[in-house]
Amino acid sequence: MKEMTYGKAICEAIAYEMRRDKSVFVLGEDVSIGVFGVTKDLFKEFGPSRVMDTPITETAIIGAAVGAAATGVRPIAEIMFMDFIAVAMDEIVNQAAKMRYMFGGKITLPLVIRCAAGAGIQAAGQHSQSLEAWFTHIPGLKVVYPSTPEDAIGLYLSAIRDDNPVIVVENKSLYAVKGKVEDEFKPIPLGRAEVKREGDDVTIFATGACVSKAMMAANELEKENINCEIIDPRTLFPFDKETLFKSIEKTNKVILVTEENKRGAFSAEVAALIAEEAFDYLDAPIVRIGAINTPVPFSKVLEEYYLPSVEDIKKAVKSIM
Amino acid sequence: MKISTEKLISIYEKMFRIRAFEEKVGELFAKGKLAGFVHCYVGEEAVAVGVCQNLDDKDYITSTHRGHGHLIAKGGITKYMMAELYGKSTGYCKGKGGSMHIADASKGILGANGIVGAGFPIATGAGLSFKYQKTDQVAVCFFGDGASNRGTFHESLNLASIWDLPVVYVCENNMYGEFTPQSRHQKINNISDRAASYGITGVSVDGNDIFAVYEAASLAIDKARKGGGPTLLECKTYRYRGHFEGDPQEYRTKEEIEDWRRKDPIIKLKKHLLENKICDETKINKLEENINKEILEAVEFAEESPNPKPEEALENVYTDIIEEARK
Ligand SMILES: Cc1ncc(C[n+]2csc(CCOP(=O)(O)OP(=O)(O)O)c2C)c(N)n1
Ligand SMILES: [Mg+2]
Repeated sequence: MKEMTYGKAICEAIAYEMRRDKSVFVLGEDVSIGVFGVTKDLFKEFGPSRVMDTPITETAIIGAAVGAAATGVRPIAEIMFMDFIAVAMDEIVNQAAKMRYMFGGKITLPLVIRCAAGAGIQAAGQHSQSLEAWFTHIPGLKVVYPSTPEDAIGLYLSAIRDDNPVIVVENKSLYAVKGKVEDEFKPIPLGRAEVKREGDDVTIFATGACVSKAMMAANELEKENINCEIIDPRTLFPFDKETLFKSIEKTNKVILVTEENKRGAFSAEVAALIAEEAFDYLDAPIVRIGAINTPVPFSKVLEEYYLPSVEDIKKAVKSIM
Repeated sequence: MKISTEKLISIYEKMFRIRAFEEKVGELFAKGKLAGFVHCYVGEEAVAVGVCQNLDDKDYITSTHRGHGHLIAKGGITKYMMAELYGKSTGYCKGKGGSMHIADASKGILGANGIVGAGFPIATGAGLSFKYQKTDQVAVCFFGDGASNRGTFHESLNLASIWDLPVVYVCENNMYGEFTPQSRHQKINNISDRAASYGITGVSVDGNDIFAVYEAASLAIDKARKGGGPTLLECKTYRYRGHFEGDPQEYRTKEEIEDWRRKDPIIKLKKHLLENKICDETKINKLEENINKEILEAVEFAEESPNPKPEEALENVYTDIIEEARK
């Protein structure tokens, strides 16, 4: 075991795959340095032929990654802030996601798109969004969202080896967060949730940076004799319903926490799945926690109000106990 | 081109105001008083001022992530800008936007922008609106060398060209897009060369020479106002500070920065004012002192202003709907 930040774990996982497989390469804006420094060491090891700085050109970054993936290589395209992915929506939604299907399964697109999501650093409306629900809605895409360094490694190994377009959502507030990782890198299959904390009283389903918020809430609630179980899906699609439903079967209560603004959030899909398929397990209404339905505000006070908090989670849990 | 004494002094004043504002912002950021992403304009003042001096309040600009200079040049008020950087309720955007989103519609400022290259089609649309309404307004789109590689550049210049829209696209070629030098993000030296592919006029000028910028902008804006269509005006300049505050700047040398400092646009203009006896030392000192005082007052205003109330986050998403409060 060793300690590593989330950012470093991502870098190490990509390096591991680049060493294994010469067809893997990275492209994106200023990836040789990196606004968050994640890919800097990749550039040091692999140089400009495999870690490629592009101009400011999201359309071509993703579009070229699609074309390259279709013709024998395995690109990892970086979108610096998830917000900028809007610039390349056609390339993702109409091209990458549909090519295989429209061509009758005659093409594979082993493509990874990395992007930094999330608020909390006062980066305001165009540098803070959590847009994962845009992509879980689109058939043809896989969506991965690691919450710890260890998961980042395992999920990246799988994402890079996957033969489909995979979007990996990284939460920028986690880059500097440290965690234990195994010495030996092992892939975590896409579509396998993890029980991050065991408990009998209530299930808290959380993604990304909300997992640690849920953990803090759970630790505080324990002092009041409320035992929370925390489920992190780790992959949003394919989605591991079984692990979640099994937990709800035990606790009969569920809180869903994601950082997205609530309207149309990924958590809404999960709530619908529970209502459709696990309704009988429930003893209380499903509670969904998310950001308020506004753009992400700049001011610290407003941003704090915008984001779901540890307090919100505690309050929600108590409301159904 | 002859510029009146009065105008020259007003130009100097605005350039100095931008410099003083930005240096204060850098200092406040370093002290931890400001947060988020802040991109300063120090070194590029002649571009914003040389262009905006040819506009009035009814004309519009689109700005960029590096927007403070454009805002001040177009008449933005420093205390409201500073309050916005502090995230206060008295700021231009009531604390909702911050540095990258400051706007003042009453002054024809369609906002700074956090998305590189987003200004092109918006300025083009403003030009379309002016043509449609048969006014003599002009839109100016400020953008960087890095932004010129976005697809929106091509689509917008093409549209403005075929429709003869009153838009002037002003490229601030400061030699870098973020950490990447121009030579690594495009194969041309003069971004104005791209004008040829749209059948419009392209001009490159020394962006640290206020006279060159002023004159080129004046011609382009006049032409647009008279129905002559768009121009692509490239101003070569340099930013002294990091891409954003806190940037370690490993991608360039101190010598390079020093070389450019020797071509400083403000020092150059000051020298011109003194040597040609347009203004004497005492008058300039007084002017600078007043601006320094204005900036200190802006900081005081910002620091003493109240934070927004949390629930204010729910307002302004729509004209007619206030979003639901957090339960
Ligand atoms: C669509 C988009 N891609 C990337 C970024 C990140 N980014 C912010 S500023 C910048 C560089 C812009 O360079 P340039 O246009 O030359 O302007 P300068 O910063 O030099 O003034 C980049 C890549 C962004 N904000 N928007
Ligand atoms: Mg630039």
